[in-house]
Amino acid sequence: MIAYLIRRILYALPILIGVNLLTFTLFFVVNTPDDMARIQLGIKRVTPEAIERWKQQHGYDKPLLFNAGAEGAKKLSDTIFFEKSASMFVLDFGYSDDGRSISREISTRMWPSLVIALPAFFIGLMVSITFALLITLFRATALDATAVAICVVLMSISMLFYIIAGQFVASKLWHWVPISGYAGGLDGIKFVLLPVLIGVVGGIGASSRWYRTIFLEEIGRDYVRTARAKGLSELRVLFRHVLKNAMIPILTGVVVVIPLLFMGSLLTESFFGIPGLGSYTIDAIQAQDFGVVRAMVFLGSVLYIVGLILTDISYTVVDPRVRLQ
Amino acid sequence: MSFMPVILWTDAMIFLLFAVGIAGIWWIRQRPHLLLPWQRLARSPVGMVSLLVLSLFVLVGLLDSLHYRAALPQKNNEQTVYSPEVLSAFDALASGLRSRTEKTYSAPLAAYLYAKESTETGDGKVMRDYPRLKYGGAHLADPQHELVADVLQRGLLGAVAGLLLGGLLVFAAGRVLSIFIVRPMPGEPAYRAHRALQFTILVMATVIGATASLAVSYHVLGTDKVGQDVLYLALKSIRTGLVIGTVTTLVMLPFALLLGIAAGYLRGWVDDVIQYVYTVLSSIPSVLLIAAAVLMMQVAIETHPEWFETSAARADLRLLFLCLILGVTSWTGLCRLLRGETLKLRELEYIQAAQAFGVSSLRIMTRHILPNVMHIVLISVVMDFSSLVLAEAVLSYVGVGVDPSTMSFGTLINAARMEMGREPMVWWTLAAAFGFMLVLVLAANLFADAVRDAFDPRLNRTEAAA
Repeated sequence: MIAYLIRRILYALPILIGVNLLTFTLFFVVNTPDDMARIQLGIKRVTPEAIERWKQQHGYDKPLLFNAGAEGAKKLSDTIFFEKSASMFVLDFGYSDDGRSISREISTRMWPSLVIALPAFFIGLMVSITFALLITLFRATALDATAVAICVVLMSISMLFYIIAGQFVASKLWHWVPISGYAGGLDGIKFVLLPVLIGVVGGIGASSRWYRTIFLEEIGRDYVRTARAKGLSELRVLFRHVLKNAMIPILTGVVVVIPLLFMGSLLTESFFGIPGLGSYTIDAIQAQDFGVVRAMVFLGSVLYIVGLILTDISYTVVDPRVRLQ
Repeated sequence: MSFMPVILWTDAMIFLLFAVGIAGIWWIRQRPHLLLPWQRLARSPVGMVSLLVLSLFVLVGLLDSLHYRAALPQKNNEQTVYSPEVLSAFDALASGLRSRTEKTYSAPLAAYLYAKESTETGDGKVMRDYPRLKYGGAHLADPQHELVADVLQRGLLGAVAGLLLGGLLVFAAGRVLSIFIVRPMPGEPAYRAHRALQFTILVMATVIGATASLAVSYHVLGTDKVGQDVLYLALKSIRTGLVIGTVTTLVMLPFALLLGIAAGYLRGWVDDVIQYVYTVLSSIPSVLLIAAAVLMMQVAIETHPEWFETSAARADLRLLFLCLILGVTSWTGLCRLLRGETLKLRELEYIQAAQAFGVSSLRIMTRHILPNVMHIVLISVVMDFSSLVLAEAVLSYVGVGVDPSTMSFGTLINAARMEMGREPMVWWTLAAAFGFMLVLVLAANLFADAVRDAFDPRLNRTEAAA
């Protein structure tokens, strides 16, 4: 198990380096630091000196990939690529364009993101699985067909619609909850309710339908017939036996997502004014703050790889036959 | 010449796809074993109805892809100068909708503007009142009393005319088709699909008839902030949605096919390299990768204005680039599926037989494996379409979608989002955008389901028994 983990983590390194090279190419080779400086300073009043000064301030006054003027190992390390990438591996993301430490922003902003994303994720998971099991219970009836049709309609509706309609109905018409905002502690509950509800509703259609197909595949197996022959009720068969055995395909899709919950949801956070990582990312995209976008890309891929490893570990938990080696 | 045809990049792509589609139909018609799943699809009422709705959208999209630049009025003996504005065949057909712009917002089927304005009456007094619209209901003398009756009358007339035309179409199409195929009788499997299609044509003809008849003298879905007809904007958005949903697929398909099959068949270091590439790409959250790439492209476009002759060409290149980058982020899923399937196929006897005969690897991959994974490709392409249309709206909202001058569901929603807060509320732009998008995506999803049912070999157990 330990050896397996170490190997997986070592295997992650080349992937992260690849991610870094890719974003680096996107950000610095397609657009030289000169272009970036010009955009940041505004197209009109740019002098060569101002560009040089901006590059020096932000640490872009070095060769991109290879420093021919330096000695020995410095040929590779005294470059923009090395300086901007190597520090990311120790989770030091440098500073955003407005001069704040990106690492500190991330560590404070991840909590609001989690407060919204975690409940939405887990409630959504429970509701979808229960719903899918109930559909499976009524399989091949009109109820089944109706439920599947509802799922297809639900998944055909844009997330934007759920958010806009939700805000309109719950906040503007019925005045249940404030339209947007955030507060820590118990006061914050009223801000959290609606985004969580919308997150749950928005995901129900696609995931229930997916789980239904998984359950339908399980239901034809021999152990189900045995369980029924023992005289167990259909509900018990579904919730105790089928659910347990369907866990592997379900976990494959679900566990990968859990670490990414840190990143928050771009849409929900920006519509509800929640100061999480999602709105941070959107602000950075709109302000063209490349440092922040690069940091978020890196963080995202780290979390994705963590998710993949967690998925493998979760298999051993639900299925004793799986051994990691 | 009074106009100059313009072929934008995405137009070329769309017509290429269209040609490929026609060629595919011709190819499949010759081969009964390939025709079988399509015949299964033709017996599914839901599949056929959604296909009909989709083809209506495609028709609008195709018309909207025939671009041209009109000649400007000129003096004698001068060289012809063409307008910088790029129009499409659809614009020409709907020129009434396009040109009849009001001053600002107006509600659907209204005769008055949304906001009060100060007007001077004849005797020098200033009155604040809702001004009449320039075009919407302009033929009415006293809209306050006549409007409802007029709308009902025109709508009903249009609906009846549409219904009659639709009936005629169903009748004529039935006659023409009966030359080629035997008309299904009640009780036959294709009969339900047949009736469902006829019914849908009638319903659609009625709705279109009523809308068209009202659109002549009203703004059926209201007008937006600068007075443009929302129905026109929504119809124009269809092309963008279709381009995103289809061209993206066209872009990513070669990568996914080539790399997926190569990784599965050749294994060894090829497999390692390809797996590494797609793990790297799929480990980056796709919104962020798209955002990063689009930001870079924006900077490149801003620094090179000389690349583009017209603003439409610039917007179009941006759309094409968005498709490219969406393709780059979305090929990994299909690639992984194809790799897995190829790993399974390569152990089967018929492949081993081919190997024993000394058939080259390239030939095995193209002639023996590719045809046997095509059902996976088809299913996943159709499934991806709807999620790409939905993704466009989200990306445009985030600000990394299509060019703001390109009409799309995303830009419509983005522009209309703040209007919900107005008093009285401006709901029609949002409703139109979401409504059109829902119909398109729902039809695509239902069609995808029908395609999967018809093509997935695992789901066709009943076929042998029946």
